[in-house]
Amino acid sequence: MVKAELSKRLQAMGGMMLLDVQLSIDKGSFVTLYGKSGAGKTSVLRMIAGLMKPDQGSIEVDGGQWVDTEKRINLKPQHRQAGFVFQDYALFPNMTVLQNLTYALAKGQSSEDIDPLLEMMELGDLRHSRPATLSGGQQQRVALARAIVPRPKLLLLDEPLSALDREIRQKLQGFIRLVHDEYQLTSIMVSHDLSEVLRLSDYTYVIESGKVIKEGPPRQILVKVDNADSVFDKIGEVISIEDNEVTVMIENQLRKLPSGQIKSGELKIGDQVWISPSLHDLTVRRLD
Amino acid sequence: MQVILLAIDMGPLWLTFKLASITTALLLVLGIPLAYWLAYSGSKLRFVVETLVSMPLVLPPTVIGFYLLLAFSPGSGLGLWMNQWLGIRLVFSFEGLVVGSIIYSLPFMVQPVRAGLVNLPENLMEASDLLGKSRFTTLRYVLLPNIKSSLLTATVLTFAHTVGEFGVVLMIGGSIPEVTKVASIAIYEEVESLNYAGANVYSAILFVITFLVLLILNLTNGGYFKGLWKW
Repeated sequence: MVKAELSKRLQAMGGMMLLDVQLSIDKGSFVTLYGKSGAGKTSVLRMIAGLMKPDQGSIEVDGGQWVDTEKRINLKPQHRQAGFVFQDYALFPNMTVLQNLTYALAKGQSSEDIDPLLEMMELGDLRHSRPATLSGGQQQRVALARAIVPRPKLLLLDEPLSALDREIRQKLQGFIRLVHDEYQLTSIMVSHDLSEVLRLSDYTYVIESGKVIKEGPPRQILVKVDNADSVFDKIGEVISIEDNEVTVMIENQLRKLPSGQIKSGELKIGDQVWISPSLHDLTVRRLD
Repeated sequence: MQVILLAIDMGPLWLTFKLASITTALLLVLGIPLAYWLAYSGSKLRFVVETLVSMPLVLPPTVIGFYLLLAFSPGSGLGLWMNQWLGIRLVFSFEGLVVGSIIYSLPFMVQPVRAGLVNLPENLMEASDLLGKSRFTTLRYVLLPNIKSSLLTATVLTFAHTVGEFGVVLMIGGSIPEVTKVASIAIYEEVESLNYAGANVYSAILFVITFLVLLILNLTNGGYFKGLWKW
């Protein structure tokens, strides 16, 4: 359980902005902070990590007090047990993949904890490579693995996928959800990518100009759901596939398409599709 | 040439390189923490310290030498204290030259290291902090290994600069053979006594060695030796 009440005056593009947010996050849930850039999302994440100090507020994680400005409590990042994944990876260039992960081991922790992570993240063959020789997607997998090594209480992800192209992004979304589930983490991710938010998170805070303007399960608060009876000639992205229904996001709206109507080959989550009406049903074609 | 080489006293050259080596080693120990503090401290005092560190770059060496001479002389509080409690006499002694050289060459060690640290991406330190590592561990295993070329530059410049010092040494050390008579002073004395051949030998040796040291530095930083050894 994470409870945070944070307030801080920030220098924003249009002058001063008062950041003022309350978060209450269940243990084990995957939460996203969604909003435009400059809304204050990253600042919230950095305050939870201890990289930035709130002017006023408190942070409580699993009963432990990380921050309480009134009692002058402000735990150093070293003592917070928060795993952090940066947008630009922040891997240590002088170390190989394996050395990056070994460095992350906590005092007294066995190095045997590393191998399963390397396997899970499909990094086994790259263990002796240096970060500079890896692709962006590979580097971010190393960064994700490194953040998990010391078994953090919280996993914080600061737009981890925004520097990657679509295909790699989808693959990494899978990895992020995998470690979240496998290591039973509580995760908070900053994102401005709607499909990512819909795909990964259980709960979303929409942040605008430093305030939470909406919160809830992302599908309830972020998108209008329509049935597929209007005229289509649009491109969308597959969000989920159930037995008799495929949900596609088109222009920030979710459309549920009865799968019986879909004339297309195998679809998978993340596919870009083109939906066009035909005489009695819909044609959904995958764009490659 | 061989006759002249034999005829000149190699003591000043030996003393010069001994002084430069000891100064460089001590400055590595003192300069890295100072550079670290200058790079990351939020203290306003930082600007004052940074200015003081840079002063030897612009002050005439004789000014530094003059004030050190005043400070080190047994008549001053510091000189007296050093002499009575530590048994160290800093004027006209090799120890004095080391202290003087440390102050004189300080910016050459501190500035490149500080610049190297400042130019590292901020999130390397943040990532290490968040992995629960102490600041010393981060410095030792993350920051310093990633500024190797700055460290090499700082080490070589400090060494070469100490080899080249004259004014400070002359003011606080004088010219005592085997104690404070370094090569630059030997050259000055040879010229004063019109022994140009002797001056030429000292000068040529310093010229060649300094050239080689800087050349190796530039080749290393330019990646010329990459692959020859694992740097």
